[in-house]
Amino acid sequence: MAKAILMQGNYAAAEGAIAAGAKFFAGYPITPSTEVAEVLARRLPQVGGTFIQMEDEIAGMAATIGASIAGTKSLTATSGPGFSLKQELLGYASMAEVPCVIVNVQRTGPSTGQPTSPAQGDVMQTRWGSHGDRGVIALSPSSVTECFTVTVDAFNLAEKYRTPVVVLLDEIVGHMREKFIMPDAESLTIVNRKKPNLPPGEFLPFKPEEDGVPRMPAYGEGYRFHTTGLVHDYTGFPNGSNAMTHEVIERLHTKITRNIDDIVRFEEVQLEDAEIAIVAFGGTARSAYAAVEAARAEGIKAGLFRPITIWPTPDKQLEALAKKVKTIIVAELNYGQYVGEVRRIVCGEANVISLPKWNNDAITPNELLDAIKAAR
Amino acid sequence: MEEILAKYFRPKLPHIWCPGCGNGIVTAAVTKAIDKLQLDIDQTAIVSGIGCSSRASGYLNFDTLHTAHGRAIPFATGIKLVKPNHNVIVLTGDGDATAIGGNHFIHAARRNLDITVVVFNNNIYGMTGGQYSPLTPNKGMATTAPYGNVDRPFDLCELAKGAGATFVARATTFHAALLAEVIAKGISHKGFSLVEAITACPVSFGRQNKMGSPANMIKTQRDNAVMVEAMAKMKPEQYEGKFPIGVLYQAEAPEYVTEYQKVIARAMGRTE
Repeated sequence: MAKAILMQGNYAAAEGAIAAGAKFFAGYPITPSTEVAEVLARRLPQVGGTFIQMEDEIAGMAATIGASIAGTKSLTATSGPGFSLKQELLGYASMAEVPCVIVNVQRTGPSTGQPTSPAQGDVMQTRWGSHGDRGVIALSPSSVTECFTVTVDAFNLAEKYRTPVVVLLDEIVGHMREKFIMPDAESLTIVNRKKPNLPPGEFLPFKPEEDGVPRMPAYGEGYRFHTTGLVHDYTGFPNGSNAMTHEVIERLHTKITRNIDDIVRFEEVQLEDAEIAIVAFGGTARSAYAAVEAARAEGIKAGLFRPITIWPTPDKQLEALAKKVKTIIVAELNYGQYVGEVRRIVCGEANVISLPKWNNDAITPNELLDAIKAAR
Repeated sequence: MEEILAKYFRPKLPHIWCPGCGNGIVTAAVTKAIDKLQLDIDQTAIVSGIGCSSRASGYLNFDTLHTAHGRAIPFATGIKLVKPNHNVIVLTGDGDATAIGGNHFIHAARRNLDITVVVFNNNIYGMTGGQYSPLTPNKGMATTAPYGNVDRPFDLCELAKGAGATFVARATTFHAALLAEVIAKGISHKGFSLVEAITACPVSFGRQNKMGSPANMIKTQRDNAVMVEAMAKMKPEQYEGKFPIGVLYQAEAPEYVTEYQKVIARAMGRTE
């Protein structure tokens, strides 16, 4: 086993990408995600991969998609304004079903906002930022170790479902330094995209299989396939008929919703007998652990539900939670984004309290404890 | 031509281009260049942006990528970097390459990335119906310049050269053989190569600018294009309305992919 080292969240995400088999990164420097690029500039060529700093955020996303279509696992990283700039091509990657990973280290917005301060204000942008309708997968790690494992997982889900996957860090987790032990390569599950099972001429590059996901050739394999952001049929060529448009856009959703049990990851802390549950993810969950412990010490039956997959929402788990507890407190570093989803899912089954914060500071354990006490 | 059609084109007719459009001539020139060089089809990728000319990728029988508006070059950059031995050819329009994609254009040129960019220059946004582009002449008419174009156009070849491109050529659809020849030279060139292909858009540009029939627009190309060697012998006062065609510039410089392969070798040597 590797020895324990002190590691930063952004570094761990970069190492996770290497472990997942990524061989290409294209991006643009932006706080607080720049370390991801810096680490990969050094590490990728060591494993025979390629790093390139592009002329802008959009180009970083474009080159990332191009490399993946050609057949190489690829990623980009960004923050705040950069994530906004990438939205059009995130939609392209969804429509053209290109596996890739986008690490977004959230900072305070809107606009330039507060570049060095933590926030979780991109929750809804991650879901709805690109024009049109599509299914989305986004994972939010809460520790340095999880920055690594979640990034590996993000690649696996991207490859399995042929979709962009967002690793949604926040400045707390991205810049946090804590103990990290590099997992053995053999202990990791690595998923690669399904390759064509038919020869060129018979193979249809956008014909979905049972799981809703088409197989994917690479460049130079003789398939001579076409990829477009236009609505297309199974051949990959433009087909804007009503029927095809309906089918394609529906499948961009259902290939995710039908496999939601495979995609949803979460953690439950002391929820067995809980009457009050905190829902928190990313850096905010770190304060929630402490708050639950403090509440329990005072005899309050509090617990934590921590979604790791924040998109798609863990509907089944939140519905069950609402039946069990009286009150759910949704703590997040924004003006109140995920709470709307929780309310939608819970649908009156439990009392939902919003605990938002948007002043550049983390939500403290004491603030959460006060909210728990007030809710009792 | 029939052999070339069968070998390099997909059976995807009818195409979307209007009667009189020059895009078919430019696309044919690309395939003739590929045929001349006998490129391996499966080691060649065609990447395009958005617009009339960018639909060309769909008609060609290669691994083809129809990207987003302005972004063909950065998509192509990703492909070239992970497939260093591939021939990567970008087909793009004047609006796609020099307005929304202008930043990518100059930076790929600056890196001297070994890709070939063929810009179908019809001086207008055709697909959206005739709005002015950065290559619409000053005082030219466009639906968004109903009083004449106030903008001054780029000289695309000078722009590429200034940005660091190491191969720059121009030809017209009238000079179709020359066009195929310079595209072949561009593909053979190690480094960033630009070919500006002057092509007529009779419907969205010619009509507004009273340029006559499609045939007349091609004759105008014939009358105004001058081989670069002949242009060098002309006096400046004879330049009015004329533009040079042929290989305008070629230079040797370190190429990006080759240089990055050295980085990989160095980094891997350092790995324990």
